[in-house]
Amino acid sequence: MTPPGNETETAPAGYRPSTLSALAAILAKDLRVELRTLQSVPAMALFAITTFVLFRYGLDRESLSGGLAAGVLLATVLFAAILAVNRLFVAERDEGGFDAIRLAPVDGSALLGAKAAALVIYLLVLEAIAVPAFALFFMDSWAGVPPLFGVLVLADLGLAATGVLISSIAANSRARDLLVPLVLLPLLVPVMIAAAGASRELLAAGGPSYDGVAKWLAVLAFYDMTFAAVGFAVYDYLLED
Amino acid sequence: MLPACRLPADWDNRTLMADATSVQQRADPAATTQPNATIELSRLWREFGERAVLRDVTIAVPAGSTVAVLGPNGAGKTTLLRILATLLRPTSGDVQVLGSRLPQDAWRARGRIGLLGHDPLLYRDLSGAENLRFQARLHGLPGEGAQRIAGLLEQVRMSRRADELVRNLSAGMVQRLAVCRALLHEPELLLLDEPGSHLDPAAAALVAPLLGQSPGRTRVLVTHDVDYGLAEADLVLALKAGGSVAYAGAASGLSAGDARAIYGGTP
Amino acid sequence: MKVPSLRDTAIAATLLLCAGFALVFFYAPLDVDQGFIQKIFYLHVPLAICSLAGFIVGGIFGIAHLRTGKAIHDVRSYVSIHLSVIFGVGVLITGSIWAHASWGKWWVWDEPTLVSFLIVFLLYATYYPLRYAIEDRDRQARYASVFAITAGAFVPLNFIAVRMAESLVHPRVFATANGGLPGSMLLTFIVCLAGMALLWVALVRFELAAKSASASLSRLRRAIEGETQVPASGSRIAPGVPSSATSAS
Repeated sequence: MTPPGNETETAPAGYRPSTLSALAAILAKDLRVELRTLQSVPAMALFAITTFVLFRYGLDRESLSGGLAAGVLLATVLFAAILAVNRLFVAERDEGGFDAIRLAPVDGSALLGAKAAALVIYLLVLEAIAVPAFALFFMDSWAGVPPLFGVLVLADLGLAATGVLISSIAANSRARDLLVPLVLLPLLVPVMIAAAGASRELLAAGGPSYDGVAKWLAVLAFYDMTFAAVGFAVYDYLLED
Repeated sequence: MLPACRLPADWDNRTLMADATSVQQRADPAATTQPNATIELSRLWREFGERAVLRDVTIAVPAGSTVAVLGPNGAGKTTLLRILATLLRPTSGDVQVLGSRLPQDAWRARGRIGLLGHDPLLYRDLSGAENLRFQARLHGLPGEGAQRIAGLLEQVRMSRRADELVRNLSAGMVQRLAVCRALLHEPELLLLDEPGSHLDPAAAALVAPLLGQSPGRTRVLVTHDVDYGLAEADLVLALKAGGSVAYAGAASGLSAGDARAIYGGTP
Repeated sequence: MKVPSLRDTAIAATLLLCAGFALVFFYAPLDVDQGFIQKIFYLHVPLAICSLAGFIVGGIFGIAHLRTGKAIHDVRSYVSIHLSVIFGVGVLITGSIWAHASWGKWWVWDEPTLVSFLIVFLLYATYYPLRYAIEDRDRQARYASVFAITAGAFVPLNFIAVRMAESLVHPRVFATANGGLPGSMLLTFIVCLAGMALLWVALVRFELAAKSASASLSRLRRAIEGETQVPASGSRIAPGVPSSATSAS
């Protein structure tokens, strides 16, 4: 008995979607789920703002600039990112959608690329909320904020590259909530060093200076490329059962 | 004619000796080669750590036929299905599915296999229709397979509830959606693990024609319902607890009682 | 070329290290600034170099494991990283002693090599909980290899970043690699470095041999007593040497 449906509409056997269109499909699915359930981004934003308040009292400062401002902002963003990284693959594993993607004729890089893209988007949304909040709380002038986003974008790419790697390792293990911060934070130290190095100039008390920012951006770019390359090299082994 | 492998009574002793000498078996060139076989397994072994879950499984399944996989719990039936679905790689042995050797050429077989397992593989925070559209995009169906999705939903009587989130649906409805998902891309090989679970008789009747025998389609059916399995199947693969083959051969002439006795189930 | 046996490697390591220490105490001149305590440098720097090289070797075995699927490479990766972490503890302790001798504090942030080593050590210390958290052996080995590769790529990157972060370049013994050290110090250093490297190799081979022996024993017992009587492998983390490896290593 032939199955129903218009025969001419189905794809012939052996046709595969391009990796990019598969990536777009998975990314769209993830964003739709996130918009519907709002599990990652609001938590990250709330966490960031509360952490700023903690720092205000912890450091006993009402105004921050230069290195101190860079440190507080970046440390907060880094820790908020961990919240999102923890959740990246959990939904796939728990809700069982993972095998459906593995059964489909798509390359594994589409899945990892989609997760990395989703993480970058969540981080950008977080920063769109947290950075103005930070400026409101602690900064006298907002002049350094727009160029700061340039630094943050590069840092987000690095966070995504390593975050996806560690998240896919941890997703399958016990104590995954503990494992992600434990393994990811040392890996992110160079991101912190470089991003803070650039940010402290941009957030300097007397107004942004661009002294030496380029070299830190170069380090960030190098970090991003290195771990993206590692991810490309090993993704097949991460997705096997 | 397919070879029927009935194993001698002292099989268990020989298994123990084989374990003591070497855990890994070297694969022979396929002993049975059928020109039109959809599935060819030759001495398939699968281990988890040091524990063997499938031992020396050999069978050839011709195109368009149905093989019922029977066995008690722990016999490795689900593992076998996952290996055939290219989700798990064999520890050793020759595995050919749809003309592609696994695991090297697994990518060629993907997209032509449909799996209906214990997990519905649906995202609970998406609606049924959204899940199916996502699947269609993953399989590269043109136009997101809109017409095919509509047709399948109609067949399983889920059209009206296709826009509700999966987490709000009953298990039977989820299973019906899972059937649609498995069939969406018109697979040449259908892997079914207890397809009737969660389905009341009415729903099972809706689903049966979709999952039934079809000329261009080979089926592997894992079931605890021996009568159902024997009725549907041309071939039977009976596994014993521990994953070794108790019987691999034609289904005709085999009664339910025989089958249970072979794999050690309760009559 | 015939690979020297474990015993020969161990003997060579012992001899070189004894020679090295003899040179340290009787031959190498006293450093003008730091005095006698500077001699800990001959212990600290070779430990650090061998440890870092060991981490990279662990990453290389990780690559080999992923590409060939042979479990023996995972065992070698594990042992390399394991021993390098232990050497790393030595690096941090001797580094701390040296810091106290040179600058009066038990820890300084000014020494980029020491700081970057701390970060690398913190990363590799997570290798154990990572392995422990993954129960399925094959997946554990695979993910550990991915970690070893990622961390191996991380080591040079981290080193560069930390160096750039130090605005003050502290006068270090290797500040000018050629000509910074008088010949006698250089000779002593090289002998110590060679001895430490051979010690690392000897320890790795020793641990591999011990694992291989215990795995064979466990396999024989299981064959005789049955699978249920004897647990599959002793440790949750440390991979066992597979049977195929005992014949062709």
